[in-house]
Amino acid sequence: MSKSEKQGIIREINGPILTIRLPGIRNGEQVKIGQLGLFGEVIALQGETALVQSYESTEGVRPGEPVIGLGRPLSVELGPGLLGSIFDGVQRPLDKVLLASGDHIGRGIHLPALDRERLWHFVPEPASEIGSTLSPGQLIGRVQESAIIQHRILVPPDLSGELLELAPEGEYRLDDPIGQLKLSDGRSRKLKLYHEWPVRAPRPYRRRDHGLSPLITGQRILDTFFPLLKGGKSAVPGPFGAGKTVVQQQIARWSNADIVIYVGCGERGNELVDVLETFPQLQDPYSGHRLMERTLLVANTSNMPVVAREASIYVGITMAEYYRDQGYDVVLLADSTSRWAEALREVSGRLGQMPVEDGYPAYLASRLAAFYERAGRVETQGCGKGSVTLIGAVSPPGGDFSEPVTAHTKEIIQTFWALSKELADARHYPAIDWVGSFSEHVATAAQWWHKEISPDWQRRRGQALGLLARDAELARIVNLVGPEALSSAQRWELEGAALIKEGVLQQSALDPVDTFASPEKQFLLLEMMLTIYDRGAELIELGISVQELTDLPLMARARRAKQTYSSEQCDKIRALMEEFRQAFAKIRLEYAKFKEHTQ
Amino acid sequence: MSAREYRTVSSAQGSLLVVRQAPAVAFGDQVLIRDHRNQLRHGQVIRCSEAEALIQVFEGTGDLDLENTWVRFLDQPLEINLAPEILGRIFNGLGKPKDSRPPILSNVRRNVNGSAINPAARTYPREFIQTGISSIDGLNSLVRGQKLPIFSASGLPHNRLAAQIVRQARLVDEESSFSVVFAAMGVSYADARFFQEEFADSGVLGNVVMYINLADDPPVERLALPRVALTAAEYLAFDLDRHVLVVLTDMTNYAEALREVATAKGDVPSRKGYPGYLYSDLAELYERSGRIKDRHGSVTLVPVVTMPSDDITHPIPDLTGYITEGQIVLSRELHNQGIYPPVFISPSLSRLMKDGIGKEDTREDHPRVANQLYALYAKALETRNLAAIIGAEELSERDRRYLHFAEAFDSQFIGQGEDEDRSIIETLNLAWELLSMFPKDMLTRVSETDLARYHRSDK
Repeated sequence: MSKSEKQGIIREINGPILTIRLPGIRNGEQVKIGQLGLFGEVIALQGETALVQSYESTEGVRPGEPVIGLGRPLSVELGPGLLGSIFDGVQRPLDKVLLASGDHIGRGIHLPALDRERLWHFVPEPASEIGSTLSPGQLIGRVQESAIIQHRILVPPDLSGELLELAPEGEYRLDDPIGQLKLSDGRSRKLKLYHEWPVRAPRPYRRRDHGLSPLITGQRILDTFFPLLKGGKSAVPGPFGAGKTVVQQQIARWSNADIVIYVGCGERGNELVDVLETFPQLQDPYSGHRLMERTLLVANTSNMPVVAREASIYVGITMAEYYRDQGYDVVLLADSTSRWAEALREVSGRLGQMPVEDGYPAYLASRLAAFYERAGRVETQGCGKGSVTLIGAVSPPGGDFSEPVTAHTKEIIQTFWALSKELADARHYPAIDWVGSFSEHVATAAQWWHKEISPDWQRRRGQALGLLARDAELARIVNLVGPEALSSAQRWELEGAALIKEGVLQQSALDPVDTFASPEKQFLLLEMMLTIYDRGAELIELGISVQELTDLPLMARARRAKQTYSSEQCDKIRALMEEFRQAFAKIRLEYAKFKEHTQ
Repeated sequence: MSAREYRTVSSAQGSLLVVRQAPAVAFGDQVLIRDHRNQLRHGQVIRCSEAEALIQVFEGTGDLDLENTWVRFLDQPLEINLAPEILGRIFNGLGKPKDSRPPILSNVRRNVNGSAINPAARTYPREFIQTGISSIDGLNSLVRGQKLPIFSASGLPHNRLAAQIVRQARLVDEESSFSVVFAAMGVSYADARFFQEEFADSGVLGNVVMYINLADDPPVERLALPRVALTAAEYLAFDLDRHVLVVLTDMTNYAEALREVATAKGDVPSRKGYPGYLYSDLAELYERSGRIKDRHGSVTLVPVVTMPSDDITHPIPDLTGYITEGQIVLSRELHNQGIYPPVFISPSLSRLMKDGIGKEDTREDHPRVANQLYALYAKALETRNLAAIIGAEELSERDRRYLHFAEAFDSQFIGQGEDEDRSIIETLNLAWELLSMFPKDMLTRVSETDLARYHRSDK
């Protein structure tokens, strides 16, 4: 036991919650529990006793066994070697745990998150001169962490001082000192390639900045209709089977972020395996390298201890902030925040706290808000600008969006991608409901789209949404009185909406071509469907029948264009659009001749 | 094991017993309770402090008095003996023989709570299991290591469907059949008997191990039963390299027992009185299925959930659906029309299907055919609703085609005999027969090649 450690005893065990006697322990301090040495955290103090939550199953633990206070709160190790790894909810490396305890996770295993043996090639930053004063977050050197990510070694956010030593370029282990600082109080402090940070404390930054560019995910319903900015916060709520996980995995695969952190919080083990097995083979569409090179997984599957589930999203977001501080755009996917909230509820229930809505404690809303608030685009302490984009899946019981977690989340986020059971049942994927979803980022995203893709973007987007809204209205009429009651123009509106739905909104994650659409392809498909609709509407006004237009063999090609032409073949989509223009012009001409003839 | 018995019971209520001045007993320990007639009961420590221990008694505390009750702490968690001889046997929820045969002797003892499979040790399930049932094989394929529940309701033939799956399930290119772990919680004697006879008739009895807790057996035992059964399944799969199919019926009875105990303990209720940890508790069971790297065996899980009042948003089916990899939903409407199995495909889903089907596993057109059938059926149901309002005669030619399709689909594709074992190729050919009711240009979800090869218009 080192100097900062204190020993006490266990008095009561109630599932994952223990009562211990340990005078002088701090709230939030980590503890080692019993003979097994289980991991835990102090969550409340009462005189000399403390309540502890255990990250591991407490089976076999007895009253009277010792408990040791470790003198520090739950922290993560931050340094090179994080990318490509899979950690559990308290940042234990699961591949190392596998070697230590076999196929099933053992208890009381304490392993460092980062590999201590691996050598990293460190290149000191030339600007960091000996004798200069370094501020928190300042760059002192670089390590090539993966093929695409250069890991920037920073002065830890809570340190500053005069640089006494800086190691020359060379190979270093994580525990090797690479420099030394003289702090303001005169003490000197060694710098290493990694440092630790408590997960429940947001990492500091200089100031908040505005989000400017949209996160491109390659998913048409997201990018074109309900855009999210880099540094934004969004939620994906949906009942089971609506496709939350596929939406999240698609974002993990195709988004134009530098780093993707996927937190499987209380979800299925096989889903993480899917990512683990496929990502090392998939190519990042932007860098051309393997997706795993920019991905990091935190796995607390639904059968792992519930308390560690509560910690897992904090572990995830702290690592996200760490890469943000290096100037990267990070996407954090939390699947699912409902399971995190349930973990909160379980612990509060065991503590006997007064439940408010559906058994959740009164602090649910404030905890959720505080968590989402850690997203954002910031000016970092030392490296320019970085962002954390937070995308949380929500699993409302019975698909009821008025339940507490969905309702509170909706108040906090800026983009809401609502999944619908009806769409999923009809196998309309992604089953994102265009009526229930919203984005507060449309105006900002429009600036980017107008500059990069087409000045027509916002108008076309609005037109498509308008068409979809009229479609819903007309569908109600059809259901009451049958399709015969509609005028030709109205029936053509239904056809136009169907084109948008099939040709733009529906996107197959399984189809190798359709799975990703570049912004240009997204816009061209939208433009094509609306051009067909607009030109068709003109013809129908002249008196041409809807049937004549729907019977055009070109129509099936328009619907299939998303799968036929890849993002590199945008010129072919343009050519198809031109074919439509000509075909419609021809019909108009023939019709005019016919009219002339009959008159 | 300590031979000391404590006579310091201070309260007995429902299934809970409080023992004062107990020594340092461990959380989760097994307990033996001797009552005034010298009868033994089994229990487990569910809360313990320096002063007292709270014990959950599997057989309940009925007929106990505080004076003449002796409690012995066994100093070990709930464990069972495992050996290949468990196959062909019947046990109760605690793993004790229920078939008047001797207990299993073995030096393999396992803690029934298991521990979580390390996600890094798992391998993704992708081998197609042919159940011979078109609505499952064709549209909601089951793969080895998957957990795919049957969502049913009272009066629907979920037991017959589960029995048919057990009878017919096999891998397409492997001869080896499944070993079956059958776990029944709170089922009626008639249902238990039905399964026993089914297994006997189809000659698989020697390959089945049964854990049975009948409707009149102690409810608390239902909490231990699936854990005991899954421990046996893991042993068969990962120690003996077998492919194991686990049928858990009925999870609703399990969840109700959990609610009963939780309420007695004073846990804060969440939805419908079920404890907040129902999700985690169910996940501890369901997540024990899967495949593990470098192990030959697998655990495939088919839980049966009867939805109270046919309500799919009830906490039990709802939380189950969030954990399992899809669901097979039975419909009362189809059942009333005499269609067996009454699988309602719209809300049914198999999440792992995508990687278990296609060229290598079933046939290259399978994913697209499934997709197309789903799309047509969704449209057909819409048309059916419309027809109910405005009358079928008001429908257009095109819409009437959908109605005919829906009818043929329900009766020929979904409907099949209880002994009818269709190969996946038969299922797909049948699908094309139905798809051919539509002209080629209406089938936009299959490819041109599929149409050329399988569409019946040219043949």
